Amino acid sequence: MTNGTDPPLLLSIESISKAFGGVRALSGVSLEVRQGEIRAIIGPNGAGKTTLLNLISRVYPPDQGRILFAGRDITRLPTHKIASVGIGRTFQNIALFKGMTVLDNLMLGRHPLMRPGILSSGIYWGLAQKREVEHRARIEWIIDFLEITHIRKTIVGALPLGLQKRVELGRALALEPKVLLLDEPMAGMNVEEKEDMVRFIFDSNEELEKTIVLIEHDMGVVMDISQRVSVLEFGVKIAEGTPEEVRANPAVIKAYLGSAAQAVKG
Amino acid sequence: MDTLPKRLAANAQHYGQRKIAMREKTLGIWQPYTWGQYLDHVKALALGLAALHLQRGDKLALIGDNRPQLYWALLAAEALGAIPVPLYQDSIDREIQYVLEHSEARIAVAEDQEQVDKLLHVKAALPALEHIIYVDPKGMRHYRQPFLLPLTRAHELGRQFERQHAGFFEAELTRGTTDDIAIIAYTSGTTGTPKGVMLSHRNLLSNATNFLQVEDIREDDEVMAYLPMAWVGDFYFSVVLAFLAGYAVNCPEDPATVMRDLREIGPTFFLSPPRIWEGLLSAVQVRIDDADRLKRWLFRYFMGIGQRVARQRMLRQPVPLGLRLLYVLGKFWIYAPLKDHMGLGRVRLAYAGGAALGPEVFQFYRALGINYKQVYGLTECAALATYQPDADVRAETVGKPLPAVELRISESGEVLIKAPSVFVGYYKNPEATQTALTDGWLHTGDAGFIDRAGHLTIIDRARDVSTLTDGTVFAPQYLENRLKFSPFISEAVVIGRDRPSVTALLNIDLETVGNWAERQGIGYTNYMDLSQKPQVYELIAGEVARVNQALASDRGMQALSIQKFLILHKELDPDDAEITRTRKVRRGVIEERYAEIIEALYSDADHIKVTTTITYEDGRQASLESSLRVQALPVVSAGAAAAVMP
Repeated sequence: MTNGTDPPLLLSIESISKAFGGVRALSGVSLEVRQGEIRAIIGPNGAGKTTLLNLISRVYPPDQGRILFAGRDITRLPTHKIASVGIGRTFQNIALFKGMTVLDNLMLGRHPLMRPGILSSGIYWGLAQKREVEHRARIEWIIDFLEITHIRKTIVGALPLGLQKRVELGRALALEPKVLLLDEPMAGMNVEEKEDMVRFIFDSNEELEKTIVLIEHDMGVVMDISQRVSVLEFGVKIAEGTPEEVRANPAVIKAYLGSAAQAVKG
Repeated sequence: MDTLPKRLAANAQHYGQRKIAMREKTLGIWQPYTWGQYLDHVKALALGLAALHLQRGDKLALIGDNRPQLYWALLAAEALGAIPVPLYQDSIDREIQYVLEHSEARIAVAEDQEQVDKLLHVKAALPALEHIIYVDPKGMRHYRQPFLLPLTRAHELGRQFERQHAGFFEAELTRGTTDDIAIIAYTSGTTGTPKGVMLSHRNLLSNATNFLQVEDIREDDEVMAYLPMAWVGDFYFSVVLAFLAGYAVNCPEDPATVMRDLREIGPTFFLSPPRIWEGLLSAVQVRIDDADRLKRWLFRYFMGIGQRVARQRMLRQPVPLGLRLLYVLGKFWIYAPLKDHMGLGRVRLAYAGGAALGPEVFQFYRALGINYKQVYGLTECAALATYQPDADVRAETVGKPLPAVELRISESGEVLIKAPSVFVGYYKNPEATQTALTDGWLHTGDAGFIDRAGHLTIIDRARDVSTLTDGTVFAPQYLENRLKFSPFISEAVVIGRDRPSVTALLNIDLETVGNWAERQGIGYTNYMDLSQKPQVYELIAGEVARVNQALASDRGMQALSIQKFLILHKELDPDDAEITRTRKVRRGVIEERYAEIIEALYSDADHIKVTTTITYEDGRQASLESSLRVQALPVVSAGAAAAVMP
């Protein structure tokens, strides 16, 4: 990846802060993610990891600081526009329509890309139909890519967690984002499901060239898949670097890995 | 048209772009290929293979699920006079290595990354293997080996090749003769190492031509290609017969979606080994058990009606009017919806082949009104030797010989076959060829007899037929099929050779027994745990007792009733060489591996401790320790049994 010149910056967060009432969730955190990178954000519970993802995806505005995405300031961008800018995300506790099929969930994920106006959509035949076919073809490609052909028409609520998470990744990919924000994509999975998920994250990064920012608690996974790791503690970034550097960092060991060292060994 | 590629060219000429030859479900859509396109694809790939120096007589290995590209590769090799060697897609490294080494394959075509990885594991041991072509590029971007190339690259090489050698493909096509080898099909075999069965174009085409003479197979038929490509049955139905009849072959999207794809296509004829028919039946029974009381009653009642009607028809006796009316009602309420649910709504012809079939399964499908028949044959006689004529279907026989097929029973009771379809020989194994072929007669290794009507009945593998110590003739397969008819029993190995009584090692069906356990409120963790639950033993004991009762009511079978059984702690697995890839029991291996357990069945022990080694998919081994229960069954008297039978 590093052959002389670094790839361009895709996401840069400039000393961002956020407080909820008296609780300072994040204070002065800066982060730079380059195109094509897999970046892990780790930290103990309550360190502000999800808050950071929420700020990037504009669930709420920061108190201070700026967020630049592909050179554009998105700090004050309305929430509903965030998807069309090229930011896709998944959630810690799965945000899918449980009563709908996998296919419908993915098609919905593509909604921001559907352009036809009220008139042509009302008539349907012609342009709107042509677009619909194109979108469906792309969704089918994603279904194939994530190996979920056998559950295409299954109601999401009936699927095991591991598959629901995979569908959620598909829903985020359907948006054709430049960056994927994944909030604990492996939480609650068994070993086999985790291995599958890791493979799909890698494939999304390599084959689909998605930049990935992920929060993960499984240290083994983090060390395996990410190129760089940022460590948060009590809303402050305490370390950053390659997995090896972070693992050797005394501040990190003291603040975080001290209790989780066993997880690394395991 | 004396070779398969020539036949393909003729079909392309005749149908052109007018008729579908093949469909594949990709990206959620059935992608059609006409006969014209079929030929174009075969030609493009053949030229690519020629550019990679695949010569007449060379071998091309194929591994993967049923993909159009793999069928094209098969035909492309044949078009050049090279010989395709299909492999089972679930083969483990050791098996792949054996077949590739023995066949000296120069090029391998693999479906995807998974298959490429397996080939790479053994590549170092295969000096003859020069290139690996892969179909699906997914996950392959980091593979840098110079001998690896995607299918698209092979096509590119082919286009360049054609610019320098115009008319090459057509010339090679005409050079092919009917006695060229069309395929080497490695048979897994229940003993020893796999043998490469060489079949010529003549073997295959003559057999299929004869089959078409007697069976009503049409140009507008639809079939599913979902059985392993390495099994000669798939090659026969998805390529040879399709080329002669002109029907369309449909490749499912994924092995996991076959049942759904089946419903979308609605095949009009259908070949399956018995275990698939049994599996479909088990799935229906599980669903019925979950249904409410009214539905259960309707199902049982109308299946009884259906069986009575089917029996009358098979005996060619008139069906009484009342029964006929009930049958019409049953068709509306039960048979038609059930068939539709199973994806068999349009099936005109259903064949079971590849292994023996229990009579209960046969009756079930005939009761639904499906023209369900058995066929019999071997890889060594180009798949088929006998068939059941529509007007003369019998549950217990495998039917009459096909035209041009002669049958004979040797003095020792072995079935012998003489036909134009009898194979050329085993590849690089003249000794085995000599044993199998004498004076043009093929020794099938099956024990059987021919009745007065000319129907062949297969008893068992000849070497498995033996006697109990009291002299009772004992054919294990017959008993095993009856046991496997139970939806709760997935595999059975019956023991009795030179023993005072008959006993059985069983595998439970994890899905149906698991489902049953759930309804009973029995918790379990995995197969091993579930299999040793006392309640499960009770359930299975009931199933075995039912088989014993049925045996007791058959004349002279009472001595064969199963006295003790044991549920094995693991499922028999082809990776452990306990059953073949086509799921035939390898008795030698089982009797050796489970010798201690078998001894326990003939002792007073009611428990046995076992340690087994398990081979994981990646070849690693681990050992497990467990305690298995031995269950004895009450002896059934003939009189008592007769009263229980319906």
